Amino acid sequence: MSEAAARRAAEAAARGSYGRLVAILSARTRDIAAAEDALAEAFAAALRTWPVRGVPQNPDAWLLAAARNALSNMQRHRRVRDAATAEVQRRVEELAEAGEAIPDERLRLMFVCAHPAIDRGVRTPLMLQTVLGLDAARIGAAFLVAPAAMGQRLVRAKARIRDTGLRFAVPEGAELPERLADVLDAIYAAYGTGWDALADAGLGGLASEAIHLGRVLEALLPHPEAKGLLALMLYCEARRAARRDAEGRFVPLARQDARLWDRDMIIAAEGKLTEASRAGQFGRFQCEAAIQSVHIQRPVTGRTNYDALRLLYGLLAQHAPGTGVAVAQAAMLLEAGDTPAAEAALAALPEGEVAAYQPFWVARARLLRMQGDAAGAAAAAERAVALTQDPALRDFLAAEHAAPLDAPPPPSP
Amino acid sequence: MQYMLIMNETHEVAAHRNHPELAPAYWGAWTAYIGAMSQAGIILRGDGLQGPHTASVVRVRDGKRQVQDGPYPDAKEQLGGYFIVEVPDLDTALDWAAQAPCALTGSVEVRPVLPPMAGPPA
Repeated sequence: MSEAAARRAAEAAARGSYGRLVAILSARTRDIAAAEDALAEAFAAALRTWPVRGVPQNPDAWLLAAARNALSNMQRHRRVRDAATAEVQRRVEELAEAGEAIPDERLRLMFVCAHPAIDRGVRTPLMLQTVLGLDAARIGAAFLVAPAAMGQRLVRAKARIRDTGLRFAVPEGAELPERLADVLDAIYAAYGTGWDALADAGLGGLASEAIHLGRVLEALLPHPEAKGLLALMLYCEARRAARRDAEGRFVPLARQDARLWDRDMIIAAEGKLTEASRAGQFGRFQCEAAIQSVHIQRPVTGRTNYDALRLLYGLLAQHAPGTGVAVAQAAMLLEAGDTPAAEAALAALPEGEVAAYQPFWVARARLLRMQGDAAGAAAAAERAVALTQDPALRDFLAAEHAAPLDAPPPPSP
Repeated sequence: MQYMLIMNETHEVAAHRNHPELAPAYWGAWTAYIGAMSQAGIILRGDGLQGPHTASVVRVRDGKRQVQDGPYPDAKEQLGGYFIVEVPDLDTALDWAAQAPCALTGSVEVRPVLPPMAGPPA
């Protein structure tokens, strides 16, 4: 067995099983950091012994046993007696002997990462690191946080999980919808880091990682909202190739070349949304996915179905209200040509909430333009551009508002 | 696991303690809350504290004792009391904390109690 083949096997196990192994190692002790350290030692051991002895028949069980040894060494070193870890060891031995598949505790781990007692800002990084094994530098890059700072936050969060005794369990009954919403928000936040990142510029967006988390979640918990989130991310991701033209310029949705959309992803998204709808349970992510589904129809029918969009946004605003939804609804109304309704929707938003919210200023600039207020539109557009990070989108917005007032309003992104 | 629930009240609500009209409702709420925790069998220890006007803050610096009359004057809330409860996990402790009367206007801090120090290594 060549060293290269052993290394490949270890890497495959690392990629495929990292989250699974961390989840089971930390399940009893709640000590994620210790589990990760133990696993790192296990992988190092694998790279030393597999080239010599061959790749084991059940690589996961081998790694678990090695990690168990590392954990108990760590404990002996600290002279701490911990009954919980002894139980982990027993269970792992049983599994290795029975040749059973390692149980999947990743769902529990994901709910822990998004526990109410964990600060919202660190939930997504925690999930990305503990379930997917991403390092702090990679995660930090996606969230525009320095690697050391991100590393510190993760260390503190894991210490918090270990020391505060929060419930390490998949929530049940009445608790589940709200807790699941927190998990979904955290995954969607990961997707958001990749939204403006150009696919091949390596700017550190984590879109595919987010979709992977979404798939893992949906496979372990086939709840309609989990299907809704996955459908939403797939619809959005399907359009990635069409969002920039050959020169790297921004292309808004209504002008995208639908032939560049990924058909397989759209079909997968439609499939998930259909599955979700069979439960007949309204949910925020199912609704957002349904909105995307309407947009995807545009090249088929030749027009955007604004009646459907009005209905869907109305439902969303009613059941899952928020600044983002309100502004998106206003933007849709503008596109539909319903200026009075759009104006009312934007005016209803408190200034404090929208001061730094880029989509608000984009919509406001468009509204003022449509109403013939050149000065107002220019001021709002300036603010929108100042709040926009993506250079291609900045150029697009600047050009849109440099055009003379009587030019037809361009469609929104 | 043992948690301390630290009850923080606004000065306004704490003043209800001795208010002729508002006192019954104030104490009634606390009695009901403590009763519920007691029924659940989770209380290890708990006390209300006399107001900040009775507090003294002690520091020793450069070998000299300093005594201050009352806690920091610009604090927005005041420590009204504490409970030490034994519950399975943080989630349960948080559920109880949320039911405290002062959670509505003030806050409750929930902190795990340090486990007893391990003896000398074998």
